[in-house]
Amino acid sequence: MTLSKVWVFAETAGDKVTSATLELLTKARELGSTVEVVYAGDDATAVATQVGEYGATKVFHVDPAGALPGAVAGVAIAGLVSEHQPDAVLFVQSYDGRDALARLSVRLDVPVFTNGMSLSLAGDDVQFGTAIFGGTVNVDAKSKAGKPALVAIRPKSFAAEASGGGAAEVVEVGAVDAGRAAEAKVLERFEEEQTGPKLEEAAVVVSGGRGLGAAENYKPLVEELAKLLKGAFGASRAIVDAGWVPYALQVGQTGKTVKPKVYIAIGISGATQHLVGMKNSDNIIAINKDSEAPIFGVADLGIVGDAHKVVPALIEAIKAHG
Amino acid sequence: MNVVVCVKQIPDPAVPGALDADHTLKREGKLVLDESDSYGVEMALQLVDAAGGGEVTLVSMAPNNEVSGLRTALAMGAAKAVLVSDPACEGTDALGTAKVIAKCVERLGDTDLVLTATESTDGYTGTIPGQVAEILGWPALTFSKHVEIADGKAKVQRQTEAGYDVVEASLPAVVSVTAGVVEPRYPSFKGIMAAKNKPVDQVTASDLGLGDQVGWAGARQEITNVEPAPARQAGEKFEDDGTGFEKVVAFLEKLKVI
Ligand SMILES: Cc1cc2nc3c(=O)[nH]c(=O)nc-3n(C[C@H](O)[C@H](O)[C@H](O)COP(=O)(O)OP(=O)(O)OC[C@H]3O[C@@H](n4cnc5c(N)ncnc54)[C@H](O)[C@@H]3O)c2cc1C
Ligand SMILES: Cc1cc2nc3c(=O)[nH]c(=O)nc-3n(C[C@H](O)[C@H](O)[C@H](O)COP(=O)(O)OP(=O)(O)OC[C@H]3O[C@@H](n4cnc5c(N)ncnc54)[C@H](O)[C@@H]3O)c2cc1C
Repeated sequence: MTLSKVWVFAETAGDKVTSATLELLTKARELGSTVEVVYAGDDATAVATQVGEYGATKVFHVDPAGALPGAVAGVAIAGLVSEHQPDAVLFVQSYDGRDALARLSVRLDVPVFTNGMSLSLAGDDVQFGTAIFGGTVNVDAKSKAGKPALVAIRPKSFAAEASGGGAAEVVEVGAVDAGRAAEAKVLERFEEEQTGPKLEEAAVVVSGGRGLGAAENYKPLVEELAKLLKGAFGASRAIVDAGWVPYALQVGQTGKTVKPKVYIAIGISGATQHLVGMKNSDNIIAINKDSEAPIFGVADLGIVGDAHKVVPALIEAIKAHG
Repeated sequence: MNVVVCVKQIPDPAVPGALDADHTLKREGKLVLDESDSYGVEMALQLVDAAGGGEVTLVSMAPNNEVSGLRTALAMGAAKAVLVSDPACEGTDALGTAKVIAKCVERLGDTDLVLTATESTDGYTGTIPGQVAEILGWPALTFSKHVEIADGKAKVQRQTEAGYDVVEASLPAVVSVTAGVVEPRYPSFKGIMAAKNKPVDQVTASDLGLGDQVGWAGARQEITNVEPAPARQAGEKFEDDGTGFEKVVAFLEKLKVI
């Protein structure tokens, strides 16, 4: 069985559609015969070209008019559903994705499936899979609330594969009356300078935890090593909550999922909630002074040692390596 | 200024979770205040303090008339609480929870701000703040790592992938705060004693007119399968004798990363 129509809420970073969106489009193609996109932001033409390559045939373009895009998009999608009858609407489990999903679920009075890691069909029903208890138990569920099914999926749950389609047709949604939801206005944007690849897209990820000892050790040990390896840097929740690094760097159940070629965990114990965000990396290297640390249970290479000794030596050796 | 803080009372996160036969989370032990919500409580206390008047009211939905988590938040300084505890609520999903919270806010009346965490520790759907805002017909400022209230407006720094956005909305509004937004205070002895006598208004789903919209029926979801996740195999482990870094170099070379 296939669904007749699946919608994806598309997000962009800079002028590019995010990889998590492309992952959803790839999955949507497998589930439904028609894949269409809803996008709230500028330059829908560029988006239409990119999502077209991944199989989308239409882009419903919503103008957030200076408001938080998710809130306006959620309301707009609710207005489009009765005319266009999508069987499912897929969201990335992201900031704007959750804003949109929340508003939409209320408007349609349809429950949400969140933190999804797999999607399939059980007959005509959308079946959704997630992992609970720190990724130790897999649970599948389906909705009995009729259509559309509303699902949020964690990035890196599916591989993104282009289908080589042409640009999608842009359909302007026109003015959306989102009521007070549209009052949340974006006044200014601050972008922290980002060099190197993004956490979810990097081939190498180096993450640090409380074992670094202090906030000021993050840069010389973790960032430095990540840069040398042309990778991205991440963190455990312990040091995010302690305010050493921003939340955007958190890897794990309530943070990001990463799937690099190599994941290097420095001074991270390996709590299940951290593991769920990185244990599907191709190769895992752990540096921890406690030989009993659970991180060694998933590491392909474990170094039982002091991060303050091992990492500086490693950095020097890689520099010398050229 | 009157602030409502949503506080979830959850099983101790240090204890491994388990599911009941009907696939709901086992909640027989004592419940605690979700640490994520302690930031909302602290934020609310500071905002009311800065406004120079008003009070902090807690809203919680929890089983078995549980008040332990509420008492912690009352001991921090909240004035009163509303507790929705009702066997009919068992199995309620995020949307049902949002309906319950929104009804409680409407019942309280005269609220300038609803504060929540960005996601709970045990369910972490992260949709409640937006859903509550939509039901109330209010704006939502989500994922806030800094909050200011002035001239009837809330202005926040909203976490983004690349940094943060400054986002503003007029009150009343819903604001969700990230962990670390403020440093939650420890309840004082005086606060703990005072908390024992603070009012906790107990209501049921039917008091709120939501009898058929909560619980399993309201959730309209069916668990189709539960199974253990496959485990990953451990590889080699070396004690660092000063040359541990060489093992890492060799490994990275083998993978052609360097
Ligand atoms: C519902 C829920 C969701 C959560 N979500 C997440 C999440 O998304 N991501 C996440 O990371 N956590 C998450 N957590 C928290 C998680 O349970 C752990 O508390 C956290 O991962 C611990 O971080 P850590 O390993 O940095 O710190 P710790 O557990 O304190 O471990 C520090 C480690 O460093 C080692 N160490 C100390 N000194 C050195 C040294 N000099 N050199 C080398 N090693 C050293 C220690 O041996 C120890 O193993 C969540 C928890 C809950 C309950
Ligand atoms: C492992 C697991 C997975 C789940 N997956 C889903 C799912 O996919 N879809 C779904 O609809 N439900 C799901 N649920 C159920 C859902 O988590 C609960 O119904 C919950 O009460 C509401 O959502 P939340 O805690 O995820 O809210 P979140 O949106 O993550 O919570 C944000 C904030 O809302 C407030 N809040 C949340 N719950 C309460 C409460 N009971 N009382 C007071 N304030 C509260 C708190 O301030 C909290 O910090 C799941 C539960 C578990 C245990």
